[in-house]
Amino acid sequence: MIADWYLHLPAVVQAVIRAILWVLIIFAPIPIFIWWERRLLSWMQDRIGPNRVGNISFSRTSKAVPGFLKGKKFKLYGLIQPLADGAKSFFKEDITPSAVDKFIYTIAPGVALFPPFALGATLPYAPWPTLTPVADVNIGVLYMLAMSSLGVYGVVLAGYGSNNKYSLLGGLRSSAQLISYELSMGMALASVVFASGSLKLSEILKAQEQPLWGVVPALQNWYIFTPFGFVAAIVFLICMVAETNRAPFDLPECESELVAGYNTEYSTKKWVLFMMGEYISMFIFGGVWMTVFFGGYNLLPVNWSVMGEWGTFFKWIGDVQYYGAPAVFMLKGFIAVTIYIWTRATLPRLRYDQLMSLGWKSLLPLATTNFIVVGLWILSTRLISERTSASTGAVLGWVSIAIAIGILAVLYKIIRGVRPGEPVRLEARGIRMVDPVLPVVEVADSAGAA
Amino acid sequence: MTQEMTNLGLFIMLAGIASLAAIGVVAFNNAVRSALCLVVNFFVLGAIYFTLNAEMMGITQIVVYTGAIMVLFLFVIMLLNLGAPQLLNEKMDPRRPVAIVLGLALAGMVGSQVLAQLMTKTQVSALDGYGAPQAIGRTLFTEYVVPFEAISMLLLIGLVGSILLAKRKI
Repeated sequence: MIADWYLHLPAVVQAVIRAILWVLIIFAPIPIFIWWERRLLSWMQDRIGPNRVGNISFSRTSKAVPGFLKGKKFKLYGLIQPLADGAKSFFKEDITPSAVDKFIYTIAPGVALFPPFALGATLPYAPWPTLTPVADVNIGVLYMLAMSSLGVYGVVLAGYGSNNKYSLLGGLRSSAQLISYELSMGMALASVVFASGSLKLSEILKAQEQPLWGVVPALQNWYIFTPFGFVAAIVFLICMVAETNRAPFDLPECESELVAGYNTEYSTKKWVLFMMGEYISMFIFGGVWMTVFFGGYNLLPVNWSVMGEWGTFFKWIGDVQYYGAPAVFMLKGFIAVTIYIWTRATLPRLRYDQLMSLGWKSLLPLATTNFIVVGLWILSTRLISERTSASTGAVLGWVSIAIAIGILAVLYKIIRGVRPGEPVRLEARGIRMVDPVLPVVEVADSAGAA
Repeated sequence: MTQEMTNLGLFIMLAGIASLAAIGVVAFNNAVRSALCLVVNFFVLGAIYFTLNAEMMGITQIVVYTGAIMVLFLFVIMLLNLGAPQLLNEKMDPRRPVAIVLGLALAGMVGSQVLAQLMTKTQVSALDGYGAPQAIGRTLFTEYVVPFEAISMLLLIGLVGSILLAKRKI
């Protein structure tokens, strides 16, 4: 697969080649994402969206047009629109407000762009250990968390440097939001790390290629198919939307309150850098989500190497899967970005108190409970497997996890549930009554009092 | 030889940035600039740990200090809006020379202790697997399990206490 000359290169050159390949992978789809977001969003909102740029209609009468092209029309459905937007942003006047903190204002877009680029360095996009990931260090998931925690600086610096009340509010909101959701995200990832026994993303992928639930060898054990993985995947999905400042968590750039939030004062190239960072981090967080919970570069949860014993056709599919892995990875990233866009079109923006109560009161306890359940599952599976066979251990492990979830659900019901006869507390459900509901006064009573 | 030169060059680069940032922390009279210098310092320190083959330590440095503590610092600075530099422009007062002398004395004392130890060391990086997550986890939960749990209790107490202080009426 890999030519010999690549393996004979010095380690530094190999690393540079790996990094360049990765940058290509994350850069190439961005224009498509921008176009896709605008078109899909407009379709969901019953609009048309940008569909003109790139359409070519040849003249019917001109002599300069060759005969076979006369009167022909070529549609590109606005695919060139991102290029047009990019060109426009470079030729517009770059306005720097006079009262800004020049240094911080200028470096903020660069700082915002750094974490998305660094984020995916431990993310494998194909089963080729020599080419990907860029650095397969034994702290892969932690590295990703560390880089995503740096994402707050771009927003905070932009908010502070702009010397604008709205920008500052956006930056402050962003720092509170990112800190809150990082915790749940870390806990969600921790449960998966716990289950697979490694922080390396490539090892987590290998753990997902094990037999499904420990008993079906032909299928892969993607974590989304396990109860704890399912919960962790939902928590991670919510947290990653919050970490990328996308709707419904786009409070840092909330148009209805803060003009455009932290990037109010930015225009042209600097603004484009913010947007580029946002799209890259959407794609990479999507890629991480797919890698950790959906088997990464595997298109279907099927172990083709096991299926290969049943016929050469399956073996051939396995080969296609092996060589087409980057395409599958990008397809999965694309699906994740589609989920982002769909969420944006569907859900209204959260209010600030709802944001905080969702992060701290719902997601964090859920993720922590999930973590405890994973621990119980590992403990029971290991203990039973040691005494009996591996498959019995797996099955009884699932039984014990079901019991654990049942007990936890009952406990939750006892602690937080509404008892019969007690009035429903709306605040407990995340709805805060701003104005106390006025007591209903019956007409006859008020008339009698008067 | 070239390997050593590369390592030395990398180290000088990173250490230079870290020291410049550390000087910037105390030299700037704008609180946000100082905090940013501290961020750079912590981040580059993490990078130095990476070059020393101590990846876990480096990443912990970045997660804890750069990603969490400094964000809170910036948050507080921005909440208090200490933007105006003249607020921090202290006048010359007699405590300053005393502070400089004492600071130099402290630096000399620590330096004499640390440098004497470091002069004899020749190993440029940690051994493979040293400070790996597995090793740290194992040590933490076997040898140091009691202090570890005690610290977690301490953190919990701190958490509850801060909530109690912040919300007088629960």
